[in-house]
Amino acid sequence: MEHITLSFPATRTVSGKALAGVVGSGDMEVLFTATQGDTLTIAITTSVDNSEQRWQALFSRLVELTSIPAGQMQIHDFGATPGVARIRIEQVFEEVSHA
Amino acid sequence: MRNDSSFIELKARERARLLLDDGSFRELLDPFEGIVSPWLEAQGIVVQSDDGMVVAKGTINGGPAVVIAIEGAFQGGSMGEVSGAKMAAALELAAEDNRNGIPTQAVLCLETGGVRLQEANLGLAAIADIHAAIVDLRRYTPVIGVVAGTVGCFGGMSIAAALCSYLIVTREARLGLNGPQVIEQEAGIDEYDSRNRPFIWSMTGGEVRYQSGLVEALVGDGVNAVKQAVNDAIAKGVPAQHRTDNYAWYLERLSNFDTSKQADAEQIKQLFGEKRA
Repeated sequence: MEHITLSFPATRTVSGKALAGVVGSGDMEVLFTATQGDTLTIAITTSVDNSEQRWQALFSRLVELTSIPAGQMQIHDFGATPGVARIRIEQVFEEVSHA
Repeated sequence: MRNDSSFIELKARERARLLLDDGSFRELLDPFEGIVSPWLEAQGIVVQSDDGMVVAKGTINGGPAVVIAIEGAFQGGSMGEVSGAKMAAALELAAEDNRNGIPTQAVLCLETGGVRLQEANLGLAAIADIHAAIVDLRRYTPVIGVVAGTVGCFGGMSIAAALCSYLIVTREARLGLNGPQVIEQEAGIDEYDSRNRPFIWSMTGGEVRYQSGLVEALVGDGVNAVKQAVNDAIAKGVPAQHRTDNYAWYLERLSNFDTSKQADAEQIKQLFGEKRA
């Protein structure tokens, strides 16, 4: 198990909070709380060791391709593949965008 | 195509939301409160922000209600210090409400392997609190247990299930004191082959539990089917005699059961089936 903290510049602000996923095998839980400001901070607890590069790459890609909201994100990962991780992250972004 | 969506596929929070009246769902100690197990991280296990227990207040058919749903996907729905305390306290508050003239109804969604081994005695103590709280609350309002699957309900929480006023199961559900692998380990594979799924379900599955009169309702896997069964149970009110008050009847049968023969589903039905008939 390891803790990873990441931070990316945000390009929009939203309001509210959202939750997606559960800490079950091959899945993960994401909690997102919108904040004012211009940063998305991400705190990850993952059962998979040595995965920081993978998370960094996943978020770098998201930042490049989508518009990232400002806020705090907490991830409890139980072995989600990058595909599942991305779906969960996009779920919370979508939910707060429609709040 | 069936006109009912799956209940088994739902996570605990969605189950609670759908069992309550539309729009009435209000969660206590929700995931954003971050009340997590203090024991798992020290043992290298990733926590879940609600500790796998959803406590939701709201209404059912317009009346005040609490739905307590265990998330079976997180650590097998195991009962830790925090998750156990959430369920116990919610049941105790519901009993207190009833004493204060607020007739709070209670539905439990039980998907659990029982105590969380990493939290040992604290989980066991919480389960004892849950048992006491169910016995307290069921004097005022029927406590309705739903075991839908796929985890089923085992260990100390199977006793909690048995203490409920009414139990609702699906065919996918299993209900038993010890899980199949525990029995196999203790009694040997000749006695109980945990990988023989038809055999396991024939002994502890929802269907045989219904035929033996140990649960009140066997329903298909559907949101509406489960809701209908919950409504039927509510309509029956507090039973004149709870199943666990009838322990002497069960004890006599168990005492006279010939354990020299390998038990099978047919024997279980003969042993307890007259309750259903």
